[in-house]
Amino acid sequence: MPAKAAFFDVDGTLVKTNVVHVYAYYAMNRGSVLGIAGRTLSTAVSVPLFGVMDVVNRKTFNEFFYRYYAGLSEDRLVTIAQDMFEDVLQPALFEQSQDLIDQARRSGCRVVLVTGALDFTMRPLARHLGVDDMIANKMQFVGGKATGKVIPPIIEGANKANAIRAYCVKEGLALDQCHGYSDSASDYAMLAVVGRPTAVNPDMRLRSIARAYNWPILDLK
Amino acid sequence: MRPFKTLQKLYDEESQVVITEKGSPPRALFYGEGFLQEDLPVGTRVIFPRPPMAGVPNVKAAIRWAINHPEGMEPLHALLKPGMRLTCVIDDISVPLPPMVTPDVRQSILEVVLELAADSGVDDIHLVIANALHRRMTEGEMRRMVGQKIYDAFYPDRYYNHDAEDPDGIVALERTSHGEEVSVNRRVAESDLIIYVNVNFVPMNGGHKSMGTGVSNYASLRHHHNPKTIRESDSYMEPKASALYKSNERIGKNIDKHLKVFHIETSLNNRMFGAPTDFLAKKEEDYTEGDRLKFQAMRYALSKMPRAVARKVLSAVPAPYDVTGVYAGATEPAHQKTLETSWKQYVVPVEGQSDIVIFPIPFISPYSVNSILNPLLVQVMGLGYFYNLNRGVPLVKKGGVLILLHPAYDEFDPEHHPSYIEFFNRLLPETRDSMKLEHKYEKEFAENPSYVHLYRKGNAYHGVHPFYMWYWGENGRQHVGKVIVAGAENNHVPALMGWDRTDTLTEAIEEARGFMGRSATISLLRIAPTVMVDVK
Repeated sequence: MPAKAAFFDVDGTLVKTNVVHVYAYYAMNRGSVLGIAGRTLSTAVSVPLFGVMDVVNRKTFNEFFYRYYAGLSEDRLVTIAQDMFEDVLQPALFEQSQDLIDQARRSGCRVVLVTGALDFTMRPLARHLGVDDMIANKMQFVGGKATGKVIPPIIEGANKANAIRAYCVKEGLALDQCHGYSDSASDYAMLAVVGRPTAVNPDMRLRSIARAYNWPILDLK
Repeated sequence: MRPFKTLQKLYDEESQVVITEKGSPPRALFYGEGFLQEDLPVGTRVIFPRPPMAGVPNVKAAIRWAINHPEGMEPLHALLKPGMRLTCVIDDISVPLPPMVTPDVRQSILEVVLELAADSGVDDIHLVIANALHRRMTEGEMRRMVGQKIYDAFYPDRYYNHDAEDPDGIVALERTSHGEEVSVNRRVAESDLIIYVNVNFVPMNGGHKSMGTGVSNYASLRHHHNPKTIRESDSYMEPKASALYKSNERIGKNIDKHLKVFHIETSLNNRMFGAPTDFLAKKEEDYTEGDRLKFQAMRYALSKMPRAVARKVLSAVPAPYDVTGVYAGATEPAHQKTLETSWKQYVVPVEGQSDIVIFPIPFISPYSVNSILNPLLVQVMGLGYFYNLNRGVPLVKKGGVLILLHPAYDEFDPEHHPSYIEFFNRLLPETRDSMKLEHKYEKEFAENPSYVHLYRKGNAYHGVHPFYMWYWGENGRQHVGKVIVAGAENNHVPALMGWDRTDTLTEAIEEARGFMGRSATISLLRIAPTVMVDVK
């Protein structure tokens, strides 16, 4: 039996947050106490905008959004990531996410998260879920400070499919035996590239795609 | 004295076998969610179900008598001890078909048993549905099966579906002498006493199959749910001719060695239709003008409805079965009694096999309750169940033709049958060979985490279930020379199944005669309700 993996998108698939929540958390916990009020206000204004941008174009959104990390030190980001996991991600985990991951492992799959979020923000979640690997965006750091730029290629949309394909080649996995899980039609490429795609909590577009292609539809909510 | 001719007529009216004559009325035949009215060629042998046997006059009294006079075991009250751990394992919604008018006989049994248990100081009681790899029953279905009072008292913590994929919920017992794995639900395995609550709808149910299959898992089931065992089973309905039964027997004996199981088996008559559709159980010769009118009205109305609506309408009519017997005690002696009653109700003796056999396929199967009879289930009804409704030899000759009446639509229920969709669209175009399917794909489907999740958390059949459905038709497939689906509304479903198709039954009979010769003999099994043949 060839080695295989299960690739899980995170936002909306395993947790009911999306990357905007993560940004909001960082924005509100970035610096001095005095600055928090102002930033919270500006965040409150910008988050809906980001929400719209996220729907329109995930790539533009990511590029724009990660600029806000510029100047923050790596250890600070990692510390906030841990808090953010406890405050935001863990409570937002779908009840059955862990079951699904455990089931994938029992069926002999290596479990890999594939996410457009930054790797340090997802690491505590990955540890918590007990996954084997993670394909995520990586922030560029110079002298221990974030530049606000993401090391290309940015993991989103079609690039998720490329990253999965490259990962399988590197790790010697049979792509047609691999499973893919996502909630969003923007991840159609990621689902189409694996042999065994599944729509999880799908949006309307993905639901209709899944029906057209006879992909299983799971509801973890 | 009456003239001989009149006596002959009376005798014929009582017989369940009618030979079509020139003036015979057209037959009312199931055709998926609708009905056909068809004239059959002169000489066609039409086999009707027996009339319903009389039910026991007082079901609860019969249950009490059975548990106080069990076969090969002490009476139930003597087995109940204060503080003991008791588990009632219950047959799932796959029987009877259609579901029975409430109160379901399972409710009646539980009402008696739970009261007795309470009086005996037993309060650690769980109710586990023996759904094996079938879909989980929904809350509404569970409530209907046991009644509101029991449901309120036990659901959800102490009344639930068996989960064959719960990693902590299964216990492995010792293997059988043939190396078969024996796995049982953990709560069941750790109980001091198990009461199996059975509804015996066909002779294949009950006995060792109840525990050996119902609360087991894939690792155990694959030892008999496989193409080899199915090929070696001459009839599923006759224990001595069934390799499937023998494997279940070995597994069941192992279970009986380790666990204390008190079976309560019930047999039902075949009163499948109440008013206003009771005419469906009659011979067409006996239809009144009112019956004919009702049939035409129903046929017309169903043909004008969208299929989903027709399905809802038909599913909404429960069956007024009567309980014909209650037997309790040890697995084998209790089941033997059930089998005797079951055969008495269902078996019709017939003379000789036929070259061509016609099976009208109704809208329902054990695997499509409140759902859709998808193409794989049409296949299992024809080549699996109906083909096997016999003792001795099949109704159709070796190399003969089976004609199935069904629209054979390409429709699936993604909630109940998700893995069927992949099996049908991905695997069948590659091969129909059961051995190859088992070897190459079974494990992949069984372990697919998405299908496992849908089985455990949704209401989906286990990922491996479509394979079992395909294997189920295996001995039928090996036996017949040709299958024709008459009235198929498309070409691709019959093509994928390896069947011929025709628009009408008349064309199908013509084609079958072309294959078997002009003098080919024809039988029609007028089902439902259930009928089995004893071919002499």
